[in-house]
Amino acid sequence: MNGVGALAELTGIAKHFGEGSSRVDALRGVDLSLHPGEVVGLLGPSGSGKSTLLNIIGCVVEPNAGRMVLDGAVVYDGAWAGGDLRRLRLDKIGFIFQFHNLLPFLNSRDNVAVVLELAGRDRRAAQNRADELLDYLEVGGRAEASPGQLSGGEAQRVAIARALANHPRLILADEPTAALDSQRAAIVMDLLIKVAREQDAAVLVVSHDEKIYDRFDRMVRVRDGVLESGSA
Amino acid sequence: MNLALRDIRHKLGRFLLTCLGLALLLGVVLSMIGIYRGLVEDALSLVRAPAADLWVVEAGSRGPFAEASRMPGDTREMVARVPGILEAGAVTYQTVETIHQDRKLRLQVVGYEPGRMGGPAAIETGRAIAVRHGEAVIDQRAGIGLGGRVRLGRDEYLIVGLTRNHLSTGGDPVLFLSLRDAQDLQFLPKPSTYRRDQARGAPPPALDTVNAVVARLGPDAPADRVAREIGRWKHLGTATQAQQEAILVESVVEKARRQIGLFTAILMVVSAVVIALIIYTMTMDKTREIATLKLIGAPDRTIVGLILQQALAMGLIGFSMGLTLVSLVADRFPRRVVLQAEDALMLGGLVLMVCVLSSGLGVRLALRIEPAAALGG
Repeated sequence: MNGVGALAELTGIAKHFGEGSSRVDALRGVDLSLHPGEVVGLLGPSGSGKSTLLNIIGCVVEPNAGRMVLDGAVVYDGAWAGGDLRRLRLDKIGFIFQFHNLLPFLNSRDNVAVVLELAGRDRRAAQNRADELLDYLEVGGRAEASPGQLSGGEAQRVAIARALANHPRLILADEPTAALDSQRAAIVMDLLIKVAREQDAAVLVVSHDEKIYDRFDRMVRVRDGVLESGSA
Repeated sequence: MNLALRDIRHKLGRFLLTCLGLALLLGVVLSMIGIYRGLVEDALSLVRAPAADLWVVEAGSRGPFAEASRMPGDTREMVARVPGILEAGAVTYQTVETIHQDRKLRLQVVGYEPGRMGGPAAIETGRAIAVRHGEAVIDQRAGIGLGGRVRLGRDEYLIVGLTRNHLSTGGDPVLFLSLRDAQDLQFLPKPSTYRRDQARGAPPPALDTVNAVVARLGPDAPADRVAREIGRWKHLGTATQAQQEAILVESVVEKARRQIGLFTAILMVVSAVVIALIIYTMTMDKTREIATLKLIGAPDRTIVGLILQQALAMGLIGFSMGLTLVSLVADRFPRRVVLQAEDALMLGGLVLMVCVLSSGLGVRLALRIEPAAALGG
């Protein structure tokens, strides 16, 4: 696919850590487009630069060079384009983590509602939307449970509900199935595909889990900070 | 949604234990302040008991509480005749130690003439001394009830009245005796000493001696004019009630005040360091949660609010628990602990200020946590 109609478009993105003899080039001129409705696998060996790429797309780490457009707005062009990056993440990007990262002091409903309240929704509306999402992900019966009371699969579904709360255009998932067995991993992938299709969102999944490779619409491979040819 | 409150509820036991630790520390600070206030109140209760306007003492002496002061017993009659003086009373002060029911008992003995100035400010239970010999009024802190007896020197005294909060600067309960009994106790030598003094031709002891004369002035009699009048007798000196109180506070309890003040300041610094460390540790425990909050888009004010609110809650709860604890055990302290509302308010305000300042360390740590720390395993 080309960059036309892309939700995220990265051009010549470079990132290095350290200077001089200790300099490590994590990414070297990466071009990547993510389109609405597609689920993309980001693959590569450890240290290849895929986490750095995920962090850059998530506006968590600043690149050193290149250009990045998210949902039609230039976010980075040699420097951050200005604006509130946290607000951008809150409104446009949903994050799913390997270990779900649910806030242990909130129950399932409130873990979802918190991002809605941060975005300015009132408490009642946030709770209703959280219940809707938990029902949608078939964990509505666990709304009152704290993260410690949830199984790995349930916790990951609540985390997905949280990622979807603000109708993000882009969902970034970092090893979302790594802590799950094959059956639960398949369920999580089903959900991500469902979300991408029904909500017209782009989903980028970093994974080492070969069992789910056939579920991606396409895969991009990173090696030594470069996307392997033909994979972008 | 209040994240601070939710986090506290999630780890309620641990939070309350931390608050309890802080409460004990702040309780010690409150006790120190209370002990100091008690020290001053005790000192002042003694000097305020006669409700005098003017103290007449031995010339060159700063009064019976600061140094020795002895005058002839008839000084009271001389003073009472000075124009402007409504009434006067002779008093003696003495510290004694006795054994009561197999325990050591230190007492501040005050001698006064029943019916005249110098007696207890108020009697809680029982009555005042009515006879010239054998009766006493004692503070309830001594642990001797009405009808009890206390032996001082060669005599035993019947307790006919109890007072409350009549203590010396050293925290010893005050025992009121008739002036004659108190003079005998203080100035009458032991029989063996008396016989020896007589054998060597020494003059008989001056038993009719007093330590001070307290006087109340008429409404139109300025204290300085009356003092000037009394000062014409070269063997007498005077001090107003305010001066006598100042002597007690500034001289007698000054060292204790400074010592307690220094100790309180050190404890406050220790409390501040402990609060800062607790908040820092609490923040460190939440590194992953804070990183996650930042990653999902929480603004800094949410993160700062989380830490600051918890710090303030800890300070407030710790202080309240400390105050309650000290209030409950204050009466069991060997010394009087006076908890004043303004001291509690001042310390409470100080604790909250320390919490805000101490949380700066935790806030700094939280603001430096990278959202990227939430990603990865």
